[in-house]
Amino acid sequence: VQANGVMIAFSHIVLVFLIIIYCISLSSQARRDLEVDIYERLPVPFGLVRFGVAPDHPEVKNVINTFTQTAKHSNCSFYGNVNVGKDVSVEELKQAYHAVILSYGAEGNRSMGVPGEDLAGVYSAKDFVGWYNGLPSCQKLSPDLSCETAVILGQGNVAVDVARILLSPIDILKKTDITQPALAALAESQVRRVLIVGRRGPIQVACTIKELREMVKLPDTRPEMLATDFEGISEAIKDVPRPRKRLTELLLKTALEVPDEKEQERRNKASRMWAFRFFRSPVEILTNPDSSRIAGIRLAVNRLEGSGERARAVLTGEVEDVSCGLVISSIGYKSIPIDPSVPFDSRQAIVPNKMGRVQQATGLYCSGWLKTGPTGVIATTMNNSFDTARSLMEDMESGTVDISAAKPGSQSINSLLKKRGVKPVIFSDWEKIDSVETSRGEARGKPREKLLTVEEMLQVAHK
Amino acid sequence: TSGTQPLRSDNKVTVHFINRDGEKITVKGSPGDSLLDVVINEDLDIDGFGACEGTLACSTCHLIFDEDVYNNLGRVTDEEMDMLDLAYGLTDTSRLGCQICLTKSLDGIVAKVPESVADVRQSQDGSY
Ligand SMILES: Cc1cc2nc3c(=O)[nH]c(=O)nc-3n(C[C@H](O)[C@H](O)[C@H](O)COP(=O)(O)OP(=O)(O)OC[C@H]3O[C@@H](n4cnc5c(N)ncnc54)[C@H](O)[C@@H]3O)c2cc1C
Ligand code: FES
Repeated sequence: VQANGVMIAFSHIVLVFLIIIYCISLSSQARRDLEVDIYERLPVPFGLVRFGVAPDHPEVKNVINTFTQTAKHSNCSFYGNVNVGKDVSVEELKQAYHAVILSYGAEGNRSMGVPGEDLAGVYSAKDFVGWYNGLPSCQKLSPDLSCETAVILGQGNVAVDVARILLSPIDILKKTDITQPALAALAESQVRRVLIVGRRGPIQVACTIKELREMVKLPDTRPEMLATDFEGISEAIKDVPRPRKRLTELLLKTALEVPDEKEQERRNKASRMWAFRFFRSPVEILTNPDSSRIAGIRLAVNRLEGSGERARAVLTGEVEDVSCGLVISSIGYKSIPIDPSVPFDSRQAIVPNKMGRVQQATGLYCSGWLKTGPTGVIATTMNNSFDTARSLMEDMESGTVDISAAKPGSQSINSLLKKRGVKPVIFSDWEKIDSVETSRGEARGKPREKLLTVEEMLQVAHK
Repeated sequence: TSGTQPLRSDNKVTVHFINRDGEKITVKGSPGDSLLDVVINEDLDIDGFGACEGTLACSTCHLIFDEDVYNNLGRVTDEEMDMLDLAYGLTDTSRLGCQICLTKSLDGIVAKVPESVADVRQSQDGSY
């Protein structure tokens, strides 16, 4: 019912797949004619679930099965290899559809803004993660892992993911969908010590307890925290909410408690170590005299002003140098504007919106990290996407979004793309890529061996 | 002709779900099934429920119980608690549906699906 249908274009997404379920289920009678088209820049779907979620978290990726079911819904089409803002403008999408939902994630990077940030041996976590997860644009990275100590700046889950990948026994990694080049590099890695550095204290760490517990249990590693970082912490957490309390208790236990005999033996045998370091901010990357490689990092020593989640780090004036050969900054992802016609709040790095409705732009919506900022797990992002879907449905009911006139939808976009020499990858094309990847993986005892270039993906898709 | 075999439905455990909109859905499950299995088998329409397919990696199967029911549900593992800590609208009587297996003694329990509230926490460092 394309002609009288309601057309919606997504500038891709992962989780917006779920919006569609929501729309379709909510509107089983009223909106049976809803058609949803998903535009994605890469030839492959699933965004950060494919390129962000750590290879040793296969359970998290189970959500792909739900997304796939949705994508195969008869009212839903996927068009990969379409770069919105470049191959087709948001304005053109708005012309072709009744509503457009932008959900293109957070592909930019917060920078540390310190001297030496651009030196070889300093990487952003975003690129490092993209490298081991097979993101085509990050394959040139081939990081130098010939040093003993790595410093990660930031204490969120991404930082902990990176630490875990750097320290995991290779026997664990080789059974995951980590890319073959990354696996080979990690097998040769000399990194034995990973420090995860944060501006503030133990009560402010941004990672969640699941990721911390994985570190605590990681085979062949031991924690080496500094007892002095934890002074006064056990009193300070008496009245904090349960999640923060349990997380801090696990940190305290790991840092201070004398382990039982079995755990002590495990720690003694471990060949690698990890630790959180608190109250430190990066000042400068230090180089060797010949300045060809990084030699360390200078950190400013902070103290906290205020308490709890809102505590601020204030410089004390002291500094501390830490020797290391690898620095990975993990201080956050950030959304970037992709089309000048779309309002963008560059301070918060999001599209300004109310419940997913883009301000001053009827028919334009946003969801995912573009809407909320780069925070929250898949469950959080999903719930937020449902809110956007609800807003859209309300607007169609109320007539704010006028659906009385027919819109051409993908038909007109496809002819534009054709004129511009862009050949989309549809979902069944992706399934060809998927099957090549899984069979290559099978040959190596892995769930999948990802294709690493857009060229190869397109070749397989359009065979 | 049914012989000595009891009717299958006799063995079943009744569960009442209260969905987000307040609607009460009554279904039956077999002992040993998890509450996630029940939602899937009965094709219940609960947004985003069970995204990680019961592997303790998502917390989308979060359910809330009355205190006396909660006390009957058995021990909570650290790993379940860890995931619960990420759940929306966490309460003292929250559990993850994929970790609760039906037994005859749970017959008639009420499981409330928490409301989805937009998360207003703002980003700190690099947490996802
Ligand atoms: C390193 C890392 C690990 C994570 N691990 C976990 C985890 O273990 N568990 C968990 O629950 N959550 C995890 N998350 C969080 C989870 O990935 C996010 O909550 C979720 O993926 C955000 O969804 P999104 O749709 O907003 O963005 P994305 O998943 O990034 O999707 C955006 C999509 O838009 C596409 N796109 C970008 N620009 C354009 C354009 N111009 N035109 C067309 N398409 C475009 C991108 O290619 C991408 O596919 C992790 C996140 C990161 C960064
Ligand atoms: S289904 Fe994911 S935690 Fe229960």
